[in-house]
Amino acid sequence: MLTASGITAGYHPRRPVITDVDLTVESGATVGLAGPSGSGKSTLARVLSLLHKPFAGSVSIDGTVVGGFRYRAPRQYRTKIGVLFQQPRLSVDPRMTLRQVIAEPSRANGKPDRVDELSGLVALTPDLLARRAHEVSDGQLQRACLARALALRPAYLVCDEMTTMLDASTTAALVAVIRDYQSETGAGVLAISHDTVLLERWADRVEQMRTERMPTG
Amino acid sequence: MVGLTVDSLSVRFTLPDARVAAVSDVSFSLAPGECLALVGESGCGKSVLASALLGFLPGNAEVAGSAMLGPLDLLAASDQVLSQQVRGRQIGLVPQSPAAHLTPVRTARAQLDEALRHLHPAETRPSADEVAKRAGLQPADLDLYPHQLSGGMAQRVATALALAGDPWMIIADEPTTGLDRALVDALVAELRLLVADGRAVLLITHDLAAARRVADRIAVMYAGRLVEVGPAHEVLDSPRHPYARGLVDSLPDRAFTPIRGLPPVLTDLPPGCAFGPRCDRVTAECSDSPQLTVLNGHAVACHNPC
Ligand SMILES: Nc1ncnc2c1ncn2[C@@H]1O[C@H](COP(=O)(O)OP(=O)(O)OP(=O)(O)O)[C@@H](O)[C@H]1O
Ligand code: SF4
Ligand SMILES: [Mg+2]
Repeated sequence: MLTASGITAGYHPRRPVITDVDLTVESGATVGLAGPSGSGKSTLARVLSLLHKPFAGSVSIDGTVVGGFRYRAPRQYRTKIGVLFQQPRLSVDPRMTLRQVIAEPSRANGKPDRVDELSGLVALTPDLLARRAHEVSDGQLQRACLARALALRPAYLVCDEMTTMLDASTTAALVAVIRDYQSETGAGVLAISHDTVLLERWADRVEQMRTERMPTG
Repeated sequence: MVGLTVDSLSVRFTLPDARVAAVSDVSFSLAPGECLALVGESGCGKSVLASALLGFLPGNAEVAGSAMLGPLDLLAASDQVLSQQVRGRQIGLVPQSPAAHLTPVRTARAQLDEALRHLHPAETRPSADEVAKRAGLQPADLDLYPHQLSGGMAQRVATALALAGDPWMIIADEPTTGLDRALVDALVAELRLLVADGRAVLLITHDLAAARRVADRIAVMYAGRLVEVGPAHEVLDSPRHPYARGLVDSLPDRAFTPIRGLPPVLTDLPPGCAFGPRCDRVTAECSDSPQLTVLNGHAVACHNPC
Protein backbone atom coordinates (compact mmCIF):
# COMPACT_ATOMS: atom_id res chain seq x y z
CA MET A 1 0.00 0.00 0.00
CA LEU A 2 1.26 3.44 -0.96
CA THR A 3 -0.25 6.00 1.37
CA ALA A 4 -0.17 9.77 1.67
CA SER A 5 -1.41 11.04 5.04
CA GLY A 6 -2.22 14.63 5.90
CA ILE A 7 -0.11 16.04 3.10
CA THR A 8 0.24 19.80 2.89
CA ALA A 9 2.56 20.80 0.10
CA GLY A 10 3.36 23.46 -2.45
CA TYR A 11 6.09 25.82 -3.48
CA HIS A 12 5.51 28.56 -0.91
CA PRO A 13 4.81 27.68 2.75
CA ARG A 14 2.23 30.43 3.11
CA ARG A 15 0.34 29.37 -0.04
CA PRO A 16 0.28 25.57 -0.07
CA VAL A 17 -1.22 24.05 -3.19
CA ILE A 18 -2.71 21.11 -1.30
CA THR A 19 -3.74 21.04 2.35
CA ASP A 20 -4.15 17.96 4.53
CA VAL A 21 -4.73 15.48 1.71
CA ASP A 22 -4.98 11.71 2.24
CA LEU A 23 -4.74 9.16 -0.54
CA THR A 24 -4.12 5.42 -0.64
CA VAL A 25 -3.12 3.23 -3.56
CA GLU A 26 -3.53 -0.46 -2.74
CA SER A 27 -1.34 -3.11 -4.34
CA GLY A 28 -2.93 -4.45 -7.50
CA ALA A 29 -5.45 -1.60 -7.65
CA THR A 30 -5.76 1.26 -10.09
CA VAL A 31 -6.83 4.46 -8.39
CA GLY A 32 -7.92 7.36 -10.58
CA LEU A 33 -7.36 10.93 -9.43
CA ALA A 34 -9.38 13.67 -11.07
CA GLY A 35 -9.71 17.37 -10.37
CA PRO A 36 -9.48 20.74 -12.07
CA SER A 37 -6.27 22.26 -13.43
CA GLY A 38 -4.21 23.76 -10.67
CA SER A 39 -5.88 21.72 -7.91
CA GLY A 40 -2.54 20.16 -7.03
CA LYS A 41 -2.77 16.70 -8.57
CA SER A 42 0.75 16.90 -9.95
CA THR A 43 2.08 18.22 -6.64
CA LEU A 44 0.54 15.25 -4.83
CA ALA A 45 1.98 12.93 -7.49
CA ARG A 46 5.45 14.36 -6.89
CA VAL A 47 5.10 13.95 -3.12
CA LEU A 48 3.91 10.35 -3.50
CA SER A 49 6.87 9.63 -5.79
CA LEU A 50 9.20 11.07 -3.12
CA LEU A 51 10.33 13.82 -5.51
CA HIS A 52 8.89 16.74 -3.55
CA LYS A 53 9.12 17.35 0.19
CA PRO A 54 5.76 18.27 1.72
CA PHE A 55 5.43 20.99 4.38
CA ALA A 56 3.48 18.53 6.52
CA GLY A 57 2.28 14.94 6.40
CA SER A 58 3.94 11.67 5.50
CA VAL A 59 4.19 9.05 2.81
CA SER A 60 4.34 5.39 3.72
CA ILE A 61 5.11 2.38 1.62
CA ASP A 62 3.72 -0.99 2.69
CA GLY A 63 3.29 0.30 6.23
CA THR A 64 6.67 2.00 6.73
CA VAL A 65 6.88 5.79 6.83
CA VAL A 66 9.49 7.00 4.33
CA GLY A 67 12.15 9.05 6.07
CA GLY A 68 13.20 11.52 3.39
CA PHE A 69 12.34 13.07 0.07
CA ARG A 70 14.24 13.84 -3.12
CA TYR A 71 17.93 12.97 -2.77
CA ARG A 72 17.28 12.08 0.87
CA ALA A 73 14.76 9.38 -0.06
CA PRO A 74 16.27 5.97 0.69
CA ARG A 75 17.03 4.14 -2.54
CA GLN A 76 15.08 1.00 -1.60
CA TYR A 77 11.91 3.12 -1.43
CA ARG A 78 12.65 5.35 -4.40
CA THR A 79 13.03 2.38 -6.70
CA LYS A 80 9.69 0.94 -5.57
CA ILE A 81 7.84 3.78 -7.27
CA GLY A 82 7.85 4.35 -11.02
CA VAL A 83 6.78 7.77 -12.27
CA LEU A 84 5.47 9.09 -15.56
CA PHE A 85 5.07 12.79 -16.06
CA GLN A 86 2.75 14.82 -18.22
CA GLN A 87 5.60 16.40 -20.18
CA PRO A 88 8.14 13.82 -21.31
CA ARG A 89 10.33 16.56 -22.85
CA LEU A 90 11.02 17.98 -19.41
CA SER A 91 11.92 14.67 -17.83
CA VAL A 92 14.46 13.34 -20.32
CA ASP A 93 18.10 14.33 -20.66
CA PRO A 94 18.28 15.66 -24.24
CA ARG A 95 21.80 14.25 -24.72
CA MET A 96 20.67 10.66 -24.23
CA THR A 97 19.42 8.30 -26.89
CA LEU A 98 16.12 6.55 -26.12
CA ARG A 99 18.13 3.38 -25.48
CA GLN A 100 20.12 5.20 -22.81
CA VAL A 101 16.97 6.76 -21.35
CA ILE A 102 15.39 3.33 -20.90
CA ALA A 103 18.62 1.77 -19.60
CA GLU A 104 19.42 4.55 -17.15
CA PRO A 105 17.57 3.36 -14.00
CA SER A 106 18.96 -0.16 -14.37
CA ARG A 107 22.46 1.14 -14.96
CA ALA A 108 22.27 3.45 -11.94
CA ASN A 109 21.25 0.48 -9.82
CA GLY A 110 23.76 -1.99 -11.27
CA LYS A 111 21.16 -4.19 -12.97
CA PRO A 112 20.97 -5.62 -16.51
CA ASP A 113 19.09 -3.10 -18.65
CA ARG A 114 16.41 -5.18 -20.52
CA VAL A 115 16.06 -2.41 -23.11
CA ASP A 116 14.89 -4.67 -25.92
CA GLU A 117 12.25 -6.35 -23.78
CA LEU A 118 11.00 -3.04 -22.34
CA SER A 119 10.89 -1.21 -25.65
CA GLY A 120 8.97 -4.08 -27.22
CA LEU A 121 6.49 -3.90 -24.37
CA VAL A 122 5.68 -0.24 -25.08
CA ALA A 123 5.68 -0.69 -28.88
CA LEU A 124 8.77 1.41 -29.54
CA THR A 125 10.19 0.15 -32.81
CA PRO A 126 13.98 -0.54 -32.82
CA ASP A 127 14.71 2.28 -35.31
CA LEU A 128 13.80 4.82 -32.64
CA LEU A 129 16.18 3.58 -29.94
CA ALA A 130 19.29 5.20 -31.41
CA ARG A 131 17.63 8.63 -31.58
CA ARG A 132 17.71 11.45 -29.07
CA ALA A 133 14.64 13.14 -27.61
CA HIS A 134 14.46 15.91 -30.23
CA GLU A 135 14.48 13.30 -32.99
CA VAL A 136 11.28 11.57 -31.90
CA SER A 137 7.71 12.73 -31.42
CA ASP A 138 6.27 13.57 -28.01
CA GLY A 139 4.22 10.38 -28.02
CA GLN A 140 7.24 8.25 -28.90
CA LEU A 141 9.15 9.89 -26.08
CA GLN A 142 6.33 9.17 -23.64
CA ARG A 143 6.48 5.48 -24.58
CA ALA A 144 10.20 5.51 -23.78
CA CYS A 145 9.37 7.11 -20.43
CA LEU A 146 6.90 4.31 -19.66
CA ALA A 147 9.60 1.75 -20.46
CA ARG A 148 11.98 3.65 -18.16
CA ALA A 149 9.36 3.76 -15.38
CA LEU A 150 8.89 -0.02 -15.55
CA ALA A 151 12.62 -0.79 -15.73
CA LEU A 152 13.12 -1.53 -12.04
CA ARG A 153 9.80 -3.40 -11.73
CA PRO A 154 8.27 -0.87 -9.37
CA ALA A 155 5.60 -1.98 -6.91
CA TYR A 156 3.73 1.27 -7.58
CA LEU A 157 3.35 3.36 -10.68
CA VAL A 158 2.33 7.02 -10.59
CA CYS A 159 1.06 8.24 -13.97
CA ASP A 160 0.53 11.99 -14.10
CA GLU A 161 -1.49 12.79 -17.24
CA MET A 162 0.46 10.09 -18.98
CA THR A 163 -1.86 9.97 -21.98
CA THR A 164 -2.47 13.62 -22.90
CA MET A 165 0.38 13.31 -25.41
CA LEU A 166 -1.05 10.20 -26.98
CA ASP A 167 -3.62 9.32 -29.59
CA ALA A 168 -6.59 7.15 -28.62
CA SER A 169 -5.09 3.93 -29.95
CA THR A 170 -1.70 4.43 -28.28
CA THR A 171 -3.50 5.36 -25.04
CA ALA A 172 -5.49 2.13 -25.15
CA ALA A 173 -2.29 0.20 -25.95
CA LEU A 174 -0.28 1.69 -23.06
CA VAL A 175 -3.12 1.22 -20.57
CA ALA A 176 -3.17 -2.41 -21.68
CA VAL A 177 0.62 -2.61 -21.09
CA ILE A 178 0.15 -1.25 -17.58
CA ARG A 179 -2.71 -3.64 -16.85
CA ASP A 180 -0.64 -6.61 -18.00
CA TYR A 181 2.25 -5.45 -15.84
CA GLN A 182 -0.14 -5.16 -12.90
CA SER A 183 -1.62 -8.60 -13.31
CA GLU A 184 1.88 -10.03 -13.53
CA THR A 185 3.39 -8.15 -10.58
CA GLY A 186 0.45 -6.99 -8.44
CA ALA A 187 1.61 -3.38 -8.72
CA GLY A 188 -0.64 -0.51 -7.58
CA VAL A 189 -1.26 2.32 -10.03
CA LEU A 190 -2.24 5.94 -9.50
CA ALA A 191 -3.72 7.32 -12.72
CA ILE A 192 -4.07 11.09 -12.78
CA SER A 193 -6.09 12.60 -15.61
CA HIS A 194 -8.48 15.33 -16.59
CA ASP A 195 -10.21 12.86 -18.81
CA THR A 196 -13.02 11.46 -16.68
CA VAL A 197 -14.20 9.16 -19.46
CA LEU A 198 -10.74 7.60 -19.54
CA LEU A 199 -10.52 7.26 -15.74
CA GLU A 200 -13.92 5.62 -15.50
CA ARG A 201 -12.78 3.08 -18.06
CA TRP A 202 -9.30 2.57 -16.62
CA ALA A 203 -9.47 2.86 -12.83
CA ASP A 204 -11.07 0.66 -10.20
CA ARG A 205 -12.16 3.76 -8.33
CA VAL A 206 -11.81 7.49 -8.96
CA GLU A 207 -10.92 9.98 -6.23
CA GLN A 208 -11.68 13.65 -6.65
CA MET A 209 -9.06 16.21 -5.64
CA ARG A 210 -10.58 18.69 -3.21
CA THR A 211 -9.97 22.33 -4.03
CA GLU A 212 -9.45 24.48 -0.98
CA ARG A 213 -8.51 27.64 -2.78
CA MET A 214 -9.99 29.10 -5.90
CA PRO A 215 -8.42 27.29 -8.81
CA THR A 216 -6.30 29.74 -10.77
CA GLY A 217 -5.85 27.08 -13.41
CA MET B 1 -7.49 37.80 -47.76
CA VAL B 2 -4.97 35.08 -48.45
CA GLY B 3 -5.29 31.38 -47.79
CA LEU B 4 -2.83 28.54 -47.37
CA THR B 5 -2.41 25.97 -50.13
CA VAL B 6 -0.11 23.05 -49.43
CA ASP B 7 0.84 20.92 -52.40
CA SER B 8 2.72 17.61 -52.30
CA LEU B 9 4.62 18.48 -49.16
CA SER B 10 7.20 15.88 -48.12
CA VAL B 11 9.79 15.95 -45.35
CA ARG B 12 12.71 13.54 -45.03
CA PHE B 13 15.21 13.44 -42.17
CA THR B 14 18.67 12.05 -42.73
CA LEU B 15 20.13 10.13 -39.80
CA PRO B 16 23.58 8.52 -39.72
CA ASP B 17 22.23 5.19 -40.94
CA ALA B 18 18.68 5.83 -42.13
CA ARG B 19 16.23 8.19 -43.78
CA VAL B 20 12.98 9.03 -42.01
CA ALA B 21 9.93 9.58 -44.24
CA ALA B 22 8.20 11.89 -41.76
CA VAL B 23 5.74 13.60 -44.14
CA SER B 24 4.86 12.25 -47.59
CA ASP B 25 2.99 13.96 -50.38
CA VAL B 26 0.59 15.97 -48.23
CA SER B 27 -1.80 18.37 -49.99
CA PHE B 28 -4.57 20.46 -48.46
CA SER B 29 -5.80 24.00 -48.35
CA LEU B 30 -7.03 26.17 -45.55
CA ALA B 31 -9.10 29.33 -46.01
CA PRO B 32 -9.77 32.19 -43.60
CA GLY B 33 -12.80 31.41 -41.44
CA GLU B 34 -12.11 27.70 -41.49
CA CYS B 35 -10.76 25.18 -38.98
CA LEU B 36 -9.07 22.00 -40.11
CA ALA B 37 -8.15 19.41 -37.47
CA LEU B 38 -5.21 17.12 -38.09
CA VAL B 39 -5.33 13.84 -36.16
CA GLY B 40 -3.32 10.63 -36.20
CA GLU B 41 -1.10 8.23 -34.29
CA SER B 42 1.74 9.68 -32.28
CA GLY B 43 4.80 9.98 -34.49
CA CYS B 44 2.84 10.10 -37.75
CA GLY B 45 4.25 13.50 -38.76
CA LYS B 46 1.77 16.12 -37.55
CA SER B 47 4.24 18.33 -35.70
CA VAL B 48 6.85 17.97 -38.42
CA LEU B 49 4.25 19.23 -40.90
CA ALA B 50 3.61 22.27 -38.68
CA SER B 51 7.35 22.93 -38.29
CA ALA B 52 7.83 22.71 -42.06
CA LEU B 53 5.24 25.44 -42.63
CA LEU B 54 7.06 27.79 -40.25
CA GLY B 55 10.61 26.93 -41.25
CA PHE B 56 11.39 25.36 -37.89
CA LEU B 57 12.86 22.11 -39.17
CA PRO B 58 16.35 21.05 -38.04
CA GLY B 59 19.33 20.95 -40.40
CA ASN B 60 19.01 17.26 -41.23
CA ALA B 61 15.60 17.81 -42.86
CA GLU B 62 14.92 17.93 -46.57
CA VAL B 63 11.64 19.44 -47.79
CA ALA B 64 9.85 19.06 -51.12
CA GLY B 65 6.60 20.49 -52.50
CA SER B 66 5.12 23.92 -51.90
CA ALA B 67 3.07 25.76 -49.29
CA MET B 68 1.69 28.96 -50.76
CA LEU B 69 0.60 31.71 -48.40
CA GLY B 70 -0.77 34.10 -51.00
CA PRO B 71 2.19 34.70 -53.32
CA LEU B 72 4.79 33.49 -50.80
CA ASP B 73 6.04 29.89 -50.82
CA LEU B 74 6.75 29.15 -47.16
CA LEU B 75 8.97 26.20 -48.04
CA ALA B 76 11.25 28.32 -50.23
CA ALA B 77 11.25 31.50 -48.11
CA SER B 78 14.39 32.53 -46.21
CA ASP B 79 14.52 32.46 -42.45
CA GLN B 80 14.61 36.27 -42.49
CA VAL B 81 11.41 36.54 -44.54
CA LEU B 82 9.71 33.99 -42.32
CA SER B 83 10.67 35.77 -39.13
CA GLN B 84 9.87 39.29 -40.38
CA GLN B 85 6.65 38.57 -42.28
CA VAL B 86 5.21 35.22 -41.31
CA ARG B 87 5.92 33.90 -37.81
CA GLY B 88 3.68 35.52 -35.25
CA ARG B 89 2.33 38.08 -37.75
CA GLN B 90 0.56 35.90 -40.30
CA ILE B 91 0.80 32.52 -38.61
CA GLY B 92 0.82 32.13 -34.82
CA LEU B 93 2.06 28.82 -33.44
CA VAL B 94 0.99 27.27 -30.16
CA PRO B 95 3.75 24.67 -29.86
CA GLN B 96 3.35 21.20 -28.41
CA SER B 97 4.88 20.94 -24.89
CA PRO B 98 4.86 24.72 -24.38
CA ALA B 99 6.66 24.55 -21.03
CA ALA B 100 9.73 23.33 -22.90
CA HIS B 101 9.65 26.50 -25.05
CA LEU B 102 9.34 29.14 -22.32
CA THR B 103 12.49 30.82 -21.01
CA PRO B 104 12.86 29.53 -17.43
CA VAL B 105 14.39 32.66 -15.87
CA ARG B 106 11.77 35.18 -17.03
CA THR B 107 8.16 35.63 -16.01
CA ALA B 108 5.34 34.92 -18.43
CA ARG B 109 4.67 38.68 -18.49
CA ALA B 110 8.25 39.52 -19.53
CA GLN B 111 8.01 37.05 -22.38
CA LEU B 112 4.60 38.25 -23.56
CA ASP B 113 5.68 41.92 -23.31
CA GLU B 114 8.72 41.21 -25.42
CA ALA B 115 6.60 39.49 -28.09
CA LEU B 116 4.15 42.42 -28.14
CA ARG B 117 7.01 44.98 -28.46
CA HIS B 118 8.45 42.98 -31.33
CA LEU B 119 5.12 42.65 -33.15
CA HIS B 120 3.36 46.02 -32.66
CA PRO B 121 4.32 49.70 -32.86
CA ALA B 122 3.90 51.45 -29.48
CA GLU B 123 0.74 53.39 -30.50
CA THR B 124 -1.35 50.35 -31.33
CA ARG B 125 0.24 47.85 -28.98
CA PRO B 126 -2.30 45.89 -26.90
CA SER B 127 -1.46 45.32 -23.25
CA ALA B 128 -0.21 41.97 -22.02
CA ASP B 129 -3.22 41.71 -19.71
CA GLU B 130 -5.66 42.06 -22.62
CA VAL B 131 -3.97 39.39 -24.69
CA ALA B 132 -3.65 37.09 -21.68
CA LYS B 133 -7.34 37.43 -20.93
CA ARG B 134 -8.24 36.17 -24.40
CA ALA B 135 -6.21 33.06 -23.67
CA GLY B 136 -8.04 32.55 -20.36
CA LEU B 137 -5.35 33.88 -17.98
CA GLN B 138 -5.68 36.25 -15.04
CA PRO B 139 -3.28 39.22 -14.91
CA ALA B 140 -1.67 37.78 -11.75
CA ASP B 141 -0.89 34.53 -13.60
CA LEU B 142 1.47 36.47 -15.86
CA ASP B 143 3.77 37.31 -12.97
CA LEU B 144 4.73 33.68 -12.47
CA TYR B 145 7.91 32.02 -13.70
CA PRO B 146 7.57 29.02 -16.00
CA HIS B 147 8.34 26.47 -13.25
CA GLN B 148 5.46 27.92 -11.21
CA LEU B 149 2.92 27.39 -13.99
CA SER B 150 0.77 24.27 -14.02
CA GLY B 151 0.67 22.39 -17.32
CA GLY B 152 -2.65 24.02 -18.16
CA MET B 153 -1.37 27.52 -17.38
CA ALA B 154 1.76 27.03 -19.49
CA GLN B 155 -0.55 25.98 -22.30
CA ARG B 156 -2.53 29.22 -22.00
CA VAL B 157 0.63 31.34 -21.86
CA ALA B 158 1.67 29.72 -25.14
CA THR B 159 -1.74 30.51 -26.61
CA ALA B 160 -1.40 34.15 -25.51
CA LEU B 161 2.06 34.32 -27.16
CA ALA B 162 0.61 32.92 -30.41
CA LEU B 163 -2.18 35.50 -30.39
CA ALA B 164 0.17 38.41 -29.59
CA GLY B 165 0.75 39.45 -33.22
CA ASP B 166 -2.91 39.11 -34.19
CA PRO B 167 -2.13 36.57 -36.95
CA TRP B 168 -4.83 35.51 -39.43
CA MET B 169 -3.86 31.89 -39.08
CA ILE B 170 -3.19 29.86 -35.93
CA ILE B 171 -1.46 26.51 -35.82
CA ALA B 172 -2.24 24.95 -32.46
CA ASP B 173 -0.29 21.75 -31.73
CA GLU B 174 -2.09 19.78 -28.99
CA PRO B 175 -3.41 22.92 -27.26
CA THR B 176 -5.72 20.94 -24.95
CA THR B 177 -2.87 19.02 -23.30
CA GLY B 178 -3.07 19.40 -19.55
CA LEU B 179 -6.33 21.33 -19.59
CA ASP B 180 -9.32 20.16 -17.58
CA ARG B 181 -12.81 19.97 -19.03
CA ALA B 182 -13.72 23.58 -18.20
CA LEU B 183 -10.52 24.92 -19.74
CA VAL B 184 -10.93 22.75 -22.84
CA ASP B 185 -14.44 24.19 -23.22
CA ALA B 186 -13.05 27.72 -22.90
CA LEU B 187 -10.31 27.00 -25.44
CA VAL B 188 -12.80 25.46 -27.86
CA ALA B 189 -14.96 28.57 -27.54
CA GLU B 190 -11.93 30.83 -28.11
CA LEU B 191 -10.87 28.88 -31.21
CA ARG B 192 -14.44 29.04 -32.57
CA LEU B 193 -14.41 32.81 -31.99
CA LEU B 194 -11.15 33.15 -33.89
CA VAL B 195 -12.65 31.19 -36.78
CA ALA B 196 -15.89 33.19 -36.73
CA ASP B 197 -13.69 36.27 -36.78
CA GLY B 198 -12.32 35.17 -40.16
CA ARG B 199 -9.13 33.47 -39.01
CA ALA B 200 -7.92 30.08 -40.15
CA VAL B 201 -7.07 27.46 -37.54
CA LEU B 202 -5.01 24.32 -38.08
CA LEU B 203 -5.69 22.28 -34.96
CA ILE B 204 -3.38 19.34 -34.34
CA THR B 205 -4.93 17.19 -31.66
CA HIS B 206 -5.43 13.81 -30.09
CA ASP B 207 -8.61 15.07 -28.49
CA LEU B 208 -11.20 13.84 -30.98
CA ALA B 209 -14.07 15.26 -28.92
CA ALA B 210 -12.52 18.75 -29.09
CA ALA B 211 -11.83 18.29 -32.81
CA ARG B 212 -15.49 17.47 -33.39
CA ARG B 213 -16.57 20.68 -31.69
CA VAL B 214 -14.09 23.07 -33.33
CA ALA B 215 -13.22 21.70 -36.74
CA ASP B 216 -15.12 22.07 -39.98
CA ARG B 217 -13.01 19.35 -41.56
CA ILE B 218 -10.80 16.62 -40.17
CA ALA B 219 -7.68 15.26 -41.85
CA VAL B 220 -6.45 11.87 -40.65
CA MET B 221 -2.74 11.17 -41.06
CA TYR B 222 -1.05 7.79 -41.05
CA ALA B 223 2.69 7.24 -41.57
CA GLY B 224 3.18 10.77 -42.91
CA ARG B 225 0.30 10.68 -45.43
CA LEU B 226 -3.21 12.05 -45.32
CA VAL B 227 -5.45 8.99 -45.56
CA GLU B 228 -8.85 10.62 -45.05
CA VAL B 229 -10.10 14.22 -45.23
CA GLY B 230 -13.74 15.15 -44.83
CA PRO B 231 -16.40 17.00 -42.84
CA ALA B 232 -15.66 16.56 -39.12
CA HIS B 233 -18.81 14.69 -38.14
CA GLU B 234 -18.58 12.37 -41.16
CA VAL B 235 -14.98 11.38 -40.44
CA LEU B 236 -15.66 10.74 -36.75
CA ASP B 237 -19.09 9.12 -37.05
CA SER B 238 -18.56 7.03 -40.14
CA PRO B 239 -14.84 6.88 -40.91
CA ARG B 240 -14.08 5.27 -44.26
CA HIS B 241 -10.35 4.54 -43.93
CA PRO B 242 -9.64 1.39 -41.86
CA TYR B 243 -7.02 3.30 -39.81
CA ALA B 244 -9.47 6.12 -39.05
CA ARG B 245 -12.08 3.56 -38.02
CA GLY B 246 -9.57 1.82 -35.72
CA LEU B 247 -8.59 5.15 -34.17
CA VAL B 248 -12.19 6.11 -33.41
CA ASP B 249 -12.94 2.63 -32.03
CA SER B 250 -10.05 2.82 -29.58
CA LEU B 251 -11.63 5.72 -27.67
CA PRO B 252 -12.36 4.97 -24.00
CA ASP B 253 -16.09 5.47 -24.56
CA ARG B 254 -15.99 2.96 -27.43
CA ALA B 255 -14.16 -0.37 -27.50
CA PHE B 256 -10.93 0.99 -25.88
CA THR B 257 -8.96 -1.62 -27.82
CA PRO B 258 -5.81 -0.46 -29.59
CA ILE B 259 -5.26 -0.96 -33.30
CA ARG B 260 -3.40 -4.26 -33.58
CA GLY B 261 0.25 -4.40 -34.58
CA LEU B 262 3.11 -1.95 -34.25
CA PRO B 263 3.31 1.67 -35.42
CA PRO B 264 4.87 1.97 -38.87
CA VAL B 265 8.64 2.23 -39.08
CA LEU B 266 9.18 5.47 -40.99
CA THR B 267 12.71 4.51 -41.97
CA ASP B 268 11.50 1.33 -43.65
CA LEU B 269 7.92 1.66 -44.92
CA PRO B 270 6.42 -1.29 -46.77
CA PRO B 271 5.70 -0.80 -50.49
CA GLY B 272 2.06 0.08 -51.16
CA CYS B 273 -0.32 1.04 -48.37
CA ALA B 274 1.59 1.68 -45.14
CA PHE B 275 -1.37 0.48 -43.09
CA GLY B 276 -1.36 -2.91 -44.86
CA PRO B 277 0.45 -4.87 -42.09
CA ARG B 278 -2.21 -3.82 -39.55
CA CYS B 279 -5.28 -3.77 -41.77
CA ASP B 280 -8.11 -6.32 -41.64
CA ARG B 281 -9.36 -5.37 -45.13
CA VAL B 282 -6.05 -5.82 -46.94
CA THR B 283 -6.19 -7.35 -50.44
CA ALA B 284 -3.68 -7.93 -53.25
CA GLU B 285 -4.26 -4.42 -54.66
CA CYS B 286 -2.95 -2.87 -51.45
CA SER B 287 0.63 -3.45 -52.59
CA ASP B 288 -0.01 -0.44 -54.83
CA SER B 289 -0.05 2.86 -52.95
CA PRO B 290 -3.68 4.03 -52.72
CA GLN B 291 -4.26 7.62 -53.86
CA LEU B 292 -6.38 10.12 -51.96
CA THR B 293 -9.63 10.18 -53.98
CA VAL B 294 -12.47 12.62 -53.38
CA LEU B 295 -16.11 11.57 -53.41
CA ASN B 296 -18.77 14.14 -52.38
CA GLY B 297 -16.27 16.33 -50.53
CA HIS B 298 -14.86 13.40 -48.54
CA ALA B 299 -11.43 12.07 -49.58
CA VAL B 300 -10.09 8.60 -48.74
CA ALA B 301 -6.86 6.85 -49.70
CA CYS B 302 -7.83 3.18 -49.57
CA HIS B 303 -8.51 0.38 -52.05
CA ASN B 304 -11.26 -1.12 -49.88
CA PRO B 305 -12.79 1.67 -47.80
CA CYS B 306 -15.26 0.84 -45.03
N1 LIG C 1 15.01 15.69 -36.11
C1 LIG C 1 14.51 14.49 -36.45
N2 LIG C 1 15.31 13.55 -37.01
C2 LIG C 1 14.79 12.36 -37.34
N3 LIG C 1 13.51 11.98 -37.20
C3 LIG C 1 12.66 12.87 -36.66
C4 LIG C 1 13.12 14.17 -36.25
N4 LIG C 1 12.05 14.84 -35.72
C5 LIG C 1 10.99 14.00 -35.81
N5 LIG C 1 11.34 12.82 -36.38
C6 LIG C 1 10.46 11.68 -36.67
O1 LIG C 1 9.45 12.13 -37.56
C7 LIG C 1 8.21 11.47 -37.28
C8 LIG C 1 7.10 12.49 -37.12
O2 LIG C 1 7.27 13.20 -35.89
P1 LIG C 1 6.20 14.25 -35.35
O3 LIG C 1 6.80 14.93 -34.19
O4 LIG C 1 5.72 15.07 -36.48
O5 LIG C 1 5.01 13.30 -34.87
P2 LIG C 1 3.57 13.74 -34.35
O6 LIG C 1 2.60 13.22 -35.33
O7 LIG C 1 3.53 15.17 -34.05
O8 LIG C 1 3.47 12.85 -33.04
P3 LIG C 1 2.83 13.20 -31.57
O9 LIG C 1 1.38 12.96 -31.75
O10 LIG C 1 3.46 12.14 -30.72
O11 LIG C 1 3.20 14.57 -31.21
C9 LIG C 1 8.43 10.64 -36.02
O12 LIG C 1 8.50 9.29 -36.37
C10 LIG C 1 9.73 11.15 -35.45
O13 LIG C 1 10.42 10.11 -34.82
S1 SF4 D 1 -5.48 0.28 -48.99
FE1 SF4 D 1 -5.70 -1.84 -48.36
S2 SF4 D 1 -4.27 -2.08 -46.64
FE2 SF4 D 1 -4.53 0.10 -46.99
S3 SF4 D 1 -6.15 0.68 -45.59
FE3 SF4 D 1 -7.13 0.23 -47.53
S4 SF4 D 1 -7.69 -1.93 -47.41
FE4 SF4 D 1 -6.25 -1.56 -45.77
MG1 LIG E 1 3.43 16.24 -32.28
